[in-house]
Amino acid sequence: MHAIETSLIDWSRAQFALTAMYHWLFVPLTLGLGLIMAIMETIYLRTGKEFWKQTAKFWMKLFGINFAIGVATGIILEFEFGTNWSNYSWFVGDIFGTPLAIEGIMAFFMEATFIAVMFFGWNKVGKKTHLTSTWLTWGGASISALWILVANAWMQYPAGMKFNPDVVRNEMASFWEVLLSPVALNKFFHTILSGWMVGAAFVIGISCWYLMKKRNEEFAKQSIKVAAVVGVVSVVLLVYTGDGSAHQVAQKQPMKLAAMEGLYQGQKDAGLVVFGILNPDKESYDDGKDPFLFNWQVPKLLSWLAFRDSKAFVPGINDLINGGYETYDGAPTLSVDEKIQRGKTALQALSDYRVSKKTDEAQAAVHLKTLEDNYDYFGYGYISSPKQVVPPVGLTFYSFHLMVIFGAFFILLFLVVLYLTYKKDISKFKWLHIVCLISIPLAYITSQAGWIVAEVGRQPWVIQDILPTFAAVSRVSTGSVQLTFFLFLIIFTVLLIAEIGIMVKQIKKGPNLEKIKN
Amino acid sequence: MSNIIVRIFRFYRDGFREMTIGKTLWIIILIKLFIMFAVLKLFFFPDFLKTNFGTKEERADYVGKELTRTVDP
Repeated sequence: MHAIETSLIDWSRAQFALTAMYHWLFVPLTLGLGLIMAIMETIYLRTGKEFWKQTAKFWMKLFGINFAIGVATGIILEFEFGTNWSNYSWFVGDIFGTPLAIEGIMAFFMEATFIAVMFFGWNKVGKKTHLTSTWLTWGGASISALWILVANAWMQYPAGMKFNPDVVRNEMASFWEVLLSPVALNKFFHTILSGWMVGAAFVIGISCWYLMKKRNEEFAKQSIKVAAVVGVVSVVLLVYTGDGSAHQVAQKQPMKLAAMEGLYQGQKDAGLVVFGILNPDKESYDDGKDPFLFNWQVPKLLSWLAFRDSKAFVPGINDLINGGYETYDGAPTLSVDEKIQRGKTALQALSDYRVSKKTDEAQAAVHLKTLEDNYDYFGYGYISSPKQVVPPVGLTFYSFHLMVIFGAFFILLFLVVLYLTYKKDISKFKWLHIVCLISIPLAYITSQAGWIVAEVGRQPWVIQDILPTFAAVSRVSTGSVQLTFFLFLIIFTVLLIAEIGIMVKQIKKGPNLEKIKN
Repeated sequence: MSNIIVRIFRFYRDGFREMTIGKTLWIIILIKLFIMFAVLKLFFFPDFLKTNFGTKEERADYVGKELTRTVDP
């Protein structure tokens, strides 16, 4: 593995990050705006007011633009798996392939069918059938996200599989263990809810623009009423699922948690950093330098979040590398050096098994047993220095805290908007209109920051503890990866500009409310 | 049965005919899909293992060697 160029690994990672982040610009709005327009159409069915039909249709139009521009951008990620991450693609076998195949067949066709009824069927199918199609379009998008997130969660917490050394693949032992792993469930709900938050911020922000321009004011106010409720529900549930995700990270990926908090020395009664500036001079976990220039903590909160016990010991980066401490359950821990030894034993056993299975079955069985006994540390066999298992602390720490701070901002914003829109005349609060408009990109930044925490924080692992990125990459030329990186950059940027351009045009045009009598 | 198929066909046909902004979006979608599948997938993103190895056994053998390269002599 050491023979693979570092630049190839970095460019392959950069390419994947670029395409995933661009893809994630389109998805959350589909999830959030889809819910809001379905609620609006439900109000139309219940009240029979043409106003709500036209309101739903306007937001549906923006949904359609976002859907059309964003659709299939995720397929590029699958191209990259096959070309640039072929070792990984083969190694994960059907575990990764099954959820993606289900996603492709079931959810995609579900979306494609009902989205046509939703857009083409206004005067051709019954109101209830149309509303059902709208809800199923949103449901299809959410189910589509479920399978992708299940696949991603498995990479963070590989459960429900067994490694088959004969074909060098992990095989699914339990579909339900993969689907219902606690990491997958938390990830699904947290991610979907972040889409609701983006959708709510989008509708409120655009509606506030109408209020600023003093046009379509009733439309804007009613849209804000629906979106504010969705926004408040989303952020409250995001706090709950975020807490669940952090708890899972503490159990399954303690190094990620340590990086999220800039925690080098583990401690009991560990405090949660609310705000802090990392020491830029700290270059290594063992250089003895203070990790922070300053930080403000809430005492004991990290221990409680991680283990539901404010006195619990939370291991830091140094503890995780040096080992020797007891986990919360009282289990002993290995140092990274010990894990590296067991990883190398597993790799050697795989190599020996593959040689001896052709000639000596008894000896092959011995090697297989050795492999199975050490498989949990398989990926450490590729690690040459403990420093390699430390993710980029700065990016992980700041992304996490940016997500939390902006998340707190959105709790406050949605509550204020909800109060003012139901109890006061929100059209009079000009400062709030500006804040809400600015909040649209902030919602996207918050959502993207969450993904950076999830993906950068788990480095170097493409599959936690089992396969590092530098063992997963294909032996292709760095130049071809660089070329496609820039091709994607151009294509996605053009698509994004097209999306924003078409949307702005439609927003300026506004909803079609001229002929409404009721 | 054929009646249902005709109705579905007309539903989509009329839907496409009555589109306004949808036409622009469909053009974008078709161009995008063409670039993705006819250009990127075809010329830049061949399946590495399927292109280089004909059978599953050969692919497994290759990945096995790749993964154990650090310990193999």
